[in-house]
Amino acid sequence: MNKIRLATIWLDGCSGCHMSFLDMDERLIELAPYFDVLYSPYVDTKEFPENVDLTIVEGALSSDHDLEIIKKIRANSKLILALGDCAITGNISAMKNLYKSEAVLQRGYFELSDINKDNRYPSTVVPKLLDRVIPLHEAVKVDYFLPGCPTPADAIYEMIHALINGTIIDISKYTRFGK
Amino acid sequence: MIKQKVRVKSFKINDITVTGRSDQTLLEVAKEHDIFIPTLCYLEGLSCVGSCRLCLVEVKGARELVPACTSKIKEDMEVFTTSEKIDSHRKMILSMIFSERSHTCSVCEANGDCELQDKSVELQLDHSLVPYIDSRFAIDASHKNFVHDPNRCILCSRCVRVCNEIEGANAINIGGRGINSMIIHDMDEPWIDSQSCTSCGKCVYVCPTGALYEKEITKEDVTTKREIIRNLLKNRAENE
Ligand code: SF4
Ligand code: SF4
Ligand code: SF4
Ligand code: FES
Repeated sequence: MNKIRLATIWLDGCSGCHMSFLDMDERLIELAPYFDVLYSPYVDTKEFPENVDLTIVEGALSSDHDLEIIKKIRANSKLILALGDCAITGNISAMKNLYKSEAVLQRGYFELSDINKDNRYPSTVVPKLLDRVIPLHEAVKVDYFLPGCPTPADAIYEMIHALINGTIIDISKYTRFGK
Repeated sequence: MIKQKVRVKSFKINDITVTGRSDQTLLEVAKEHDIFIPTLCYLEGLSCVGSCRLCLVEVKGARELVPACTSKIKEDMEVFTTSEKIDSHRKMILSMIFSERSHTCSVCEANGDCELQDKSVELQLDHSLVPYIDSRFAIDASHKNFVHDPNRCILCSRCVRVCNEIEGANAINIGGRGINSMIIHDMDEPWIDSQSCTSCGKCVYVCPTGALYEKEITKEDVTTKREIIRNLLKNRAENE
């Protein structure tokens, strides 16, 4: 059996959806034989690999780095699954859109900071924030959406199960926005 | 008032022959025949305004889809309540409702108890088909019991109607224009300063979303109060 080449990535989210993934508990053992995990917070690979069958993406797109990597992910993956509300709606990560990134930087680096002596935002090494936080599908084509905050483990399991077996499921039975 | 003569009409919904009174709407007749049509601004016991457009159906021969909640029935009309076209229109409408304000369900008062959220499940909308607008409105928490958060409002006007038609206080109106419209109290003053509001809470318990909610109340009490008010509306509708 050819194993499914899997990648998972955590962009602008809280890692809760990845935690939910682990919450599949013993079902992970059932799923493990089907997958080769090439890239993920769970493994230690630095570069996003090529020829990925499925990439599961948690989190919204908030920085120029996020935007760059999601394009690479799209180019290198057959299928993309948007996992959780941040990836699908922007959710908590996009709440700063109501105030704009500038106001958030202002607050974080000036108003609340005691030691920012040279009075500048960090602008090298760290990625630059986009003007707007956006959900994945505003930047690239997304094949599957699995909402929830975090997406319940049951929903992840049913979805992965369906993908392995090539069946279609009605995900609204297992999850919804805010679940 | 001159009462129009009410006649019985028969027509077809999804190829099933149904009958209704000439003063009934498509939605009412469909409900009587257990034919399901999704609704959001409609609430039994209140007038119908057709503001959300989720109840759109196809009428044979009509160029555009029509809202079932405000369309009167006609003899021999042929109505369809589902089709690819209808489904895609409903999904687009729901997307536009979601994108117009900020619906961050995970931090919303109504999470898990919201008719808008329920619609996303019902219509199987798993992502918005249009980009979010990122509008922000000030929250009015001035009232001692209630909060108005326009960021969750879908402008269905249920609150306006219940306050006017049932409570008779007429304390709420829709102010502003288009996408920036908001419900306002009296002449657009903080809720607490409204002279007409009786603090009855009816608006709060007909609101389908987290736009109106009561402070410091348990889930159980919310359910009880909502039931009391919704039953009151139902009973009034039946006795009319
Ligand atoms: S009003 Fe409903 S849909 Fe909007 S954020 Fe609250 S729970 Fe979600
Ligand atoms: S509390 Fe009652 S009177 Fe006051 S605005 Fe709401 S419905 Fe109207
Ligand atoms: S406050 Fe609630 S009931 Fe009133 S228009 Fe907005 S969503 Fe509808
Ligand atoms: S329910 Fe008919 S338009 Fe809203």
